[in-house]
Amino acid sequence: MGESLTSNVFVFLLAAFLGYEVVRRVSPQLHTPLMALTNAISAISVVGALTIAGAGGGHVLLITLGTVATACAMVNVVGGFMITDRMLKMFKKRKDK
Amino acid sequence: MDWINLAVVIKAGFYPHAAGLPWYVTVIYLAAAGSFVLSLKWLSSHKTARLGVKAGEIGMAAAIIATLFLPEIRQYNWIFIAGIAGSAVGILLAVFTPMTAVPQQTALSHAFGALAAALVGTAEFYAHQSHLTHFHTAVICLECLLGYLTFTGSLIAAGKLHEVLPTRPLVFKFQNPLNFIIFGLAIACATWLAIDPQQTILYPIFIGLALLFGVMLIIPIGGGDMPTVIALLNSYAGLSAAAMGFVVNNKLLIIGGALEGSSGFILSMIMCKAMNRSFVNVLFGQSQGNTVVGTDDVYTGRIKKTTPEEVAELLTSARRVAIVPGYGLAVAQAQHVTGELFKLLESKGVDVQFAIHPVAGRMPGHMNVLLAEANIPYDHLHEMEEINDQFGEVDVVLVNGANDVVNPDARENPKSPIAGMPILNVDKARTVVVIKRSLSPGFAGIPNPLFARDNCLMLFADGKTATMDIIQQIKSEG
Repeated sequence: MGESLTSNVFVFLLAAFLGYEVVRRVSPQLHTPLMALTNAISAISVVGALTIAGAGGGHVLLITLGTVATACAMVNVVGGFMITDRMLKMFKKRKDK
Repeated sequence: MDWINLAVVIKAGFYPHAAGLPWYVTVIYLAAAGSFVLSLKWLSSHKTARLGVKAGEIGMAAAIIATLFLPEIRQYNWIFIAGIAGSAVGILLAVFTPMTAVPQQTALSHAFGALAAALVGTAEFYAHQSHLTHFHTAVICLECLLGYLTFTGSLIAAGKLHEVLPTRPLVFKFQNPLNFIIFGLAIACATWLAIDPQQTILYPIFIGLALLFGVMLIIPIGGGDMPTVIALLNSYAGLSAAAMGFVVNNKLLIIGGALEGSSGFILSMIMCKAMNRSFVNVLFGQSQGNTVVGTDDVYTGRIKKTTPEEVAELLTSARRVAIVPGYGLAVAQAQHVTGELFKLLESKGVDVQFAIHPVAGRMPGHMNVLLAEANIPYDHLHEMEEINDQFGEVDVVLVNGANDVVNPDARENPKSPIAGMPILNVDKARTVVVIKRSLSPGFAGIPNPLFARDNCLMLFADGKTATMDIIQQIKSEG
């Protein structure tokens, strides 16, 4: 993991900076959907949970931890995007006049 | 589950001796990372916002499917069960959470995200127990510390927001020293583990301390500071996911976590600025309510009471009306009656705009969601900077459930505890009507000279009842 550390730190810093620049432009009107959306996006951690839940090999502790972690992350994957969309759907412009 | 085994067979055909990520999984991860950034970028405009959600969903789905084909995944039954269970809970939460309960739902989702990261960290620790390097252990400990403390902290925050736990700050003697000791012990355990990864007995102690610290961190924080706390926990949840990316050496996780981490950081900065407080003050301050000043000299003989009849008359004869919804309106769940009042006034040809302070709701942007739900078009919702210089042209301002955020002392009295706090300049309007239960102070614990001004009328009532009475009056006048 040592040799990949530098590149990982680079990726982290660049992503944090990019996130800062992009999020800064989000209208304060949409800050609640923003929080729900970023929460859904960071649920990409499900990818790490999957490799543990699916590793096999009969380690009961590891499989249990991986399965619970996968379930928790999936709540945010599915729920996060859905509730973001539900909120955004409510923001309407005046229809006519 | 034969088809599940079939997937294993198909995959085995693809990767007989796979090592590292297959090239096209890397490509898909890269595309997913791009879609996440686009997703946030498209949220900057109402027009493209829903497209942003789609982009995020597609990136997420692609990344998950690609991962399922990785050679290190050999068994699908538990993944299948976890996927179904997690998705079911997610759908239930997303579909049935009322908009007023979105803050606690958000806190709960931070808890889920952080727990996932913490459990993966724990699994990594035990999986590699015998050959952990110092560095690997240190990163796992960081992931677990962030994950477990965000997990319990978010649960406490959700409990306070849902009012199953007392919303007032729980404060006791030597609280801060005790918290520092707990945190210090956790760091000491982590350091020892990093130096000697074979001391595995320390690991459960470390987890216990992290869990405890999360609880201790949030119990002294009162309801008024919740917007900042949710944003801060949002940031922590993202950082724990990013830490997981370091542990499992996956850049997509690092990117996803970093995006949430910086977003939560920005939001908590905005909240702190809007409340004129610092992080340290929110987390360790507990100064709220200690500064109550004698209110008599400010208010005596200067308060003018009004009635729903008079307010109805004022509103219908006005040309321009601005409504300032505050925290109190969110708590009283008065958004729908406010929407009704909006429609009624618009039908009478009155121009009605909403002026929304950043801390108006129970979490960043919450008030906008509530008003959007009440069918108020979003082009009538204005943030503070946008509307502040227009108050001079407004005939009537209706302040409902807000106090400190319209206190002119912040602007005019450099000695005030809230001096410099950004406020809505409602006092510049021709007439200000304040709907409030009593003259009791807001979170800052100070009197509000606005209430004593010549152009200010007080309507002492519950925000929802008062709005309904006003609607009634306007209707009865025809």
